[in-house]
Amino acid sequence: MTMHFEYKIEGGDFTRAGYASSQVKRSLKQLNVDPKVIKRVVVALYEAEVNVVAHAYSGIIEVYIDTEKIKMILTDKGPGISNIELAMEMGFSTATPEVREMGFGAGMGLPNIKKNSDEFKIESEVGIGTKLEIVVFIKQ
Amino acid sequence: MDNNSTSIKHSGNMKLKDVAEMLNGRVVSGIEHIDKEVEFAFSSDLMSDVLTVQKDNVILLTGLANVQALRTAEMSDISCIVFVRNKKVSVDMLKLGKESGIVLIECPSSMFRASGVLFSNGLKPVY
Ligand SMILES: Nc1ncnc2c1ncn2[C@@H]1O[C@H](COP(=O)(O)OP(=O)(O)O)[C@@H](O)[C@H]1O
Ligand SMILES: [Mg+2]
Repeated sequence: MTMHFEYKIEGGDFTRAGYASSQVKRSLKQLNVDPKVIKRVVVALYEAEVNVVAHAYSGIIEVYIDTEKIKMILTDKGPGISNIELAMEMGFSTATPEVREMGFGAGMGLPNIKKNSDEFKIESEVGIGTKLEIVVFIKQ
Repeated sequence: MDNNSTSIKHSGNMKLKDVAEMLNGRVVSGIEHIDKEVEFAFSSDLMSDVLTVQKDNVILLTGLANVQALRTAEMSDISCIVFVRNKKVSVDMLKLGKESGIVLIECPSSMFRASGVLFSNGLKPVY
């Protein structure tokens, strides 16, 4: 059995940032997934969702849930990341003052996403966009 | 005189009702959860920092009054947010608060004073 959800993200729309993560949290709760696992999933997904809102033009979140794992794929259209290694460093940020006013933009998102995931992949093409793949296993 | 911080007994649990009272706070949402007990507090305006907190039974003290503070609390299983320095909860925030059941408290104190009051009354720091 695999469940599949899909959400659209609009770049720059901070009022809706977190809507998808909230919906995913609700679904995982209904499926009686361990709260510790849910927290890791939604914290990672929320930071990733905020990144699309903060740094890209638009994006799609695909979520796949089966009995073993939760897999999230975020694909965005945006400026992309020229130096992924640098972007993954704690404290590196190109966020605008507007993003910082929202409580983000300290360069902590990508490291925290990685920390909360069991599998983490990031690919990016400058001028095209960025793709994140986040997997969290349900049974630890 | 027994006024050094080492004398504070961090025995933990405090009711949200007591948190609101100690801070002269106004509970603007989630009054039905006011008897819930918490053990830790974290003070920050940086939501990315809040999202690294691993503990349970944490409340958030913040000067950031926007929808992202509520979303951050929701993802982090934080059951109560105290908005310091008279930051006002907006209509959008209230709506999200109702949906998520997070207790929202407005209080006049600065972040420093509010943190100090709760700390000296036994609420534990996360780090
Ligand atoms: N989806 C994305 N599209 C383009 N750039 C991104 C994206 N996600 C992250 N980045 C880049 O990586 C940097 C670090 O990201 P992150 O660790 O989440 O910190 P922050 O978002 O606070 O700046 C960002 O400042 C930005 O330059
Ligand atoms: Mg980020």
